[in-house]
Amino acid sequence: MTRLNNIHTSPQRRRFLIGAASVGIGLAASAIAIAQTSSQEQVIKVVASKFTYAPNRIMLKRGVPVALEFTTLDVPMGFNAPDFKVRTDILPGKASQVRFTPDKVGEFTFHCDLFCGSGHEDMTGVIVVT
Amino acid sequence: MGNACDRRSFMRLAGLGGAVFVSGLSGWATAAGSRDNAATDFFFVQMSDSHWGFEGAPNPDAHGTLQKAVAAVNSLDQVPEFIVFTGDLTHTTDDPQERRKRLSEFKAIVSELKVKQVYFMPGEHDAGLDRGKAYQEFFGKTHYTFDHKGVHFIVLDNVSDPGASIGDEQLSWLALDLEKQAKDARIVVFTHRPLFDLYPQWDWATRDGARALELLMPHANVTVFYGHIHQENHHMTEHIAHHSAKSLIFPLPAPGSQPKRTPLAWDSAQPYRGLGFREVDATQKSADYSITEYPVQKG
Ligand SMILES: [Cu+2]
Repeated sequence: MTRLNNIHTSPQRRRFLIGAASVGIGLAASAIAIAQTSSQEQVIKVVASKFTYAPNRIMLKRGVPVALEFTTLDVPMGFNAPDFKVRTDILPGKASQVRFTPDKVGEFTFHCDLFCGSGHEDMTGVIVVT
Repeated sequence: MGNACDRRSFMRLAGLGGAVFVSGLSGWATAAGSRDNAATDFFFVQMSDSHWGFEGAPNPDAHGTLQKAVAAVNSLDQVPEFIVFTGDLTHTTDDPQERRKRLSEFKAIVSELKVKQVYFMPGEHDAGLDRGKAYQEFFGKTHYTFDHKGVHFIVLDNVSDPGASIGDEQLSWLALDLEKQAKDARIVVFTHRPLFDLYPQWDWATRDGARALELLMPHANVTVFYGHIHQENHHMTEHIAHHSAKSLIFPLPAPGSQPKRTPLAWDSAQPYRGLGFREVDATQKSADYSITEYPVQKG
């Protein structure tokens, strides 16, 4: 099970990395805008319960790092977003987190991958990256 | 060879046969010589995903489809050497008593199959909520091996763990078993979920399936038959062929073909469309498995 580390990259360092990468591909002007919006990691709380996530449509911006913080109101659940290679167990009484930076625009399905009862199949959502 | 061919042509004449798919594998003849059990032609039947207990629009005959499939298998003009059910015998219920009731009803219905041996394995709907406890009360072990006429069959359980892992213990057991097999042995693996990442977005994968495939890779003649995705799918991971079977309750959409993994609607103009079982022929001479798909009911 992926245990996510809690070491935060410092905002300064992240700004530098993103700026440097963007300059490297010749997008200096737009890089400044991205760097400014990216300096703050977005934190979104997601509550799982039989058999849904709230919210189940998660709006993100490409290039902006996000931390999704999960809790469950009832049974153990999973969260898996294969397109971004992130997953976590969501256990009662405990918050769990995945962190990533969406690198592509579009709609991407996520689902519960811990069999949780009759209704488990319907436990899906979508990450919308603009 | 004669027998299998004759039977298949007969089926076509009778209007029962579906498409024939020939798995591209070779090596049967060499493996046959190295086993105590002399290889001869035979065939078995794969049935899958009957979801006994399911009710809903995608199958208005949810209470009768399994019985129709049992009757269709019993009407094959030759009796299969065995039948294998690749999981999701019953539909999920959160109630442990109801689960047992469904398992017992399922067992009673399939006891009508006129065949010497039926092999079972659970699907996540049977076993995911109690780690296979109720399933084992009715059907015994969730992973095991058996040999039949020169072919080594391995039943793997990738559903009793709610996270869809085979797990270290079972993988060690598999490694030990494979050590005993010649590199050119004929090996057939039965699982419920695909061992490879078919479409992880819909949970059509096994979390540690790659580790099982790694263990199987050194063996030259491996074929996997599975269920779970309620449709035919044929896929190669290097030299290993993977064939999923149709369901006996409702068909599901092709991987990623629509936003949600919702069952395909029942078509009253073509009832039971997309449902069926399959016959798998192992022939000594041609070194290939041929697969014939049969509908639950004619029409
Ligand atoms: Cu779930």
